[in-house]
Amino acid sequence: MTRGMVIIGAGECGGRAALALRDLGYEGPVTLVGDEPHLPYERPPLSKEAMASEAPEIKAIASDVLLAEKSIRHIHSVQAVAIDRAAHMVRLSDGSVLPYDKLLLATGSTPRKLPMPGLGSRCVYLRTFADALAIRAHLSAGNRIAIVGGGFIGLELAAAARKLGASVTVIEAQPRILMRGVPAEIAGIIHAAHVAEGVRILCGDGIASVADDGKEVCIALAGGQQIAADLAIIGIGAVPVTGLAAEAGLTIDNGIAVDAQLRSSDPDIFAAGDCCSFPLAVYGGRRVRLEAWRNAQEQGALAARNMLGAGEAHAAVPWFWSDQYGLSLQIAGLSDEGRSVVRRDLGDGAFILFHLAEDGRLVAASGIGPGNAVARDIRLAEMLIGKRAKPAREALGSQAIKLKSLLAA
Amino acid sequence: MSDWVEACAAGDIDEEDVMRFDHGGRTFAIYRSPDDDYFATDGLCTHEKVHLADGLVMDDIIECPKHNGRFNYKTGDARGAPVCVNLRTYPVRVDAGKVLIQVG
Ligand SMILES: Cc1cc2nc3c(=O)[nH]c(=O)nc-3n(C[C@H](O)[C@H](O)[C@H](O)COP(=O)(O)OP(=O)(O)OC[C@H]3O[C@@H](n4cnc5c(N)ncnc54)[C@H](O)[C@@H]3O)c2cc1C
Ligand code: FES
Repeated sequence: MTRGMVIIGAGECGGRAALALRDLGYEGPVTLVGDEPHLPYERPPLSKEAMASEAPEIKAIASDVLLAEKSIRHIHSVQAVAIDRAAHMVRLSDGSVLPYDKLLLATGSTPRKLPMPGLGSRCVYLRTFADALAIRAHLSAGNRIAIVGGGFIGLELAAAARKLGASVTVIEAQPRILMRGVPAEIAGIIHAAHVAEGVRILCGDGIASVADDGKEVCIALAGGQQIAADLAIIGIGAVPVTGLAAEAGLTIDNGIAVDAQLRSSDPDIFAAGDCCSFPLAVYGGRRVRLEAWRNAQEQGALAARNMLGAGEAHAAVPWFWSDQYGLSLQIAGLSDEGRSVVRRDLGDGAFILFHLAEDGRLVAASGIGPGNAVARDIRLAEMLIGKRAKPAREALGSQAIKLKSLLAA
Repeated sequence: MSDWVEACAAGDIDEEDVMRFDHGGRTFAIYRSPDDDYFATDGLCTHEKVHLADGLVMDDIIECPKHNGRFNYKTGDARGAPVCVNLRTYPVRVDAGKVLIQVG
C-alpha cells in the first residue's frame, strides 16, 4: 500500500514541490501541510512596491482550484509537531497523524530576532503576509519608520515606505549597507538612491538600547544618537526553521543538512529551500544555505524528482534579485568566491561586475541598473558560471563583444 | 481582421533575439528564431507584466528578464515556474524586407 508523499511547509518550495510531483506523473496521495492560513504564496512582493498599494493582495502560487484539480491535499493553519521516523509518520498540531513514504521538509526560515530587551508591539519583523499587512497599516505620510538592518528586506521596505510618504531611518551596524554578498560599488549606488529619495541611513553604529511603550519606539545608538519612531521594522537576517528536524534526530549544520540530492541524514526525508544547507557543486561542494526565491523553487522541483527516485544532483547556480525604486539588482553566483573584478557598462548607468577566481574562472556576476537592463547579461553570465568558463577579461569588459558569443566558445 | 501592421525591418532584429514593438496602446514582442523565422507575442510577461523584450532568447524559448519565467514564443506556451498563463501569439509575415504582424 502506498502511504504517499508528505510535504511540511506550504511556502514557495513546498508549493512548487507538490505541483512538481503531479507534473511528474506521481499518482499516490500528496499532502501539503502549512501553519499559515493561506494558499502557498510568494513572499518577494511583501517588501516591494506591491506593499505600497491600498490593499496588498496575496500572490498565490497555486489556486485552490488548481490544487483540487491536481488532487493535492492542502492542510492549512496546522503545524507539524513531530516526526516518527521508524513508523514513517508525522504528527500534526490538531492531533492527527499522516503516514508517508517520503517526507519533504520545506519549513523555510524565520527572521533573526534582535537579541536585546525592551522590544514591544511597535517592534516588528517581516516574513508572512500577516506581518506585511500589519506593517502596511503604519506606512503613511507623516509616520516615522525606523528600519533596523540595511539588508534587502529593510531597504525594499524603506523604498515602499517612502513611496507612501513616511519618513524613514535605516540603522545599520556594519560600515555600509548590504555588506553580505553585494559589492561595495553596487551598494553605493543603492545607498545614493535611498538618500536621494529622502531616506536617512546611519551606518557603523550599533544599537545600545531599545525602549518601546506600545506607542513609540526609541532606539539609542552606541554613539549616543537617539531615533524615535512610530514603528521599528527589524530586518537583520533570517535563521533556518530546523526544530522539527532536530528533534527527529536529523543532522543540522546551518540548516537541515542534505546531500547533493537534497536527502537528509534519513534517506526517506528530504529538505529543500531556505531551511536546508547543501553542497554547491559549482564551487566544489562548498556547503551553503541560500535564502532565495528561485533556489526554493528549483530545489522544490528537484526534491520532487528525487522523492520519485531520479537520483539527480543539484547543479544550479545561485541567483537573486532585488527591486528598489526604479533600480533592479541581480546577482548570479556568490561574489565572495571571486578574487578580481571586471566591469562591463551597459549604458543608462547600468553595469555588471564580473567576479573572477584566481585561475580566471568566472564565479559570479553582480549587476544593477534601471528596469531590467542587466537581466539578459546576468542570465548569460549565470550560464557561463555554470559551465565553469574562463572568459577573457577583455571580452567581459567590452560592450562590443556579446556575452552570448562567449557561451558558444 | 486583416489589420497587418509594419513592426520593423527584418534586419532590425538579430538572429535568436527579440525586439519590443508598441502599437495602438498595446505592446508586442517580435522574435527572430535561430533558423531565421519571425514570430510575435504579447509584449508583457503573464506573471508580473514585465517587458519580455528585455529577456533572453534561446532556441524557441523566451525567458522573462524579471524572474526567468519561460515561454515558447512560437506557440505562446508557458514553460515553467513562475509563469503558468500562456502568452497570446500573433501571425507574422515578412514582405519586402519588412516584418508585418496581424495585431487583430
Ligand atoms: C519580504 C521578503 C522578500 C523577499 N524578496 C526576495 C527577492 O526579492 N528575491 C529573492 O530571491 N528572494 C526573496 N525572498 C526570499 C524568498 O521569499 C525565500 O527564499 C522563499 O520564500 C523560501 O521558500 P521556502 O519555501 O523555503 O520557505 P518559506 O517561503 O518561508 O515557506 C516555509 C513555510 O513553512 C511553514 N512552516 C514552517 N514550519 C512548519 C511546520 N512545522 N509545520 C507546518 N508549516 C511550517 C512556514 O510558516 C512557511 O509558511 C524574500 C523573502 C521575504 C520574507
Ligand atoms: S514577471 Fe516574468 S517571470 Fe515574473
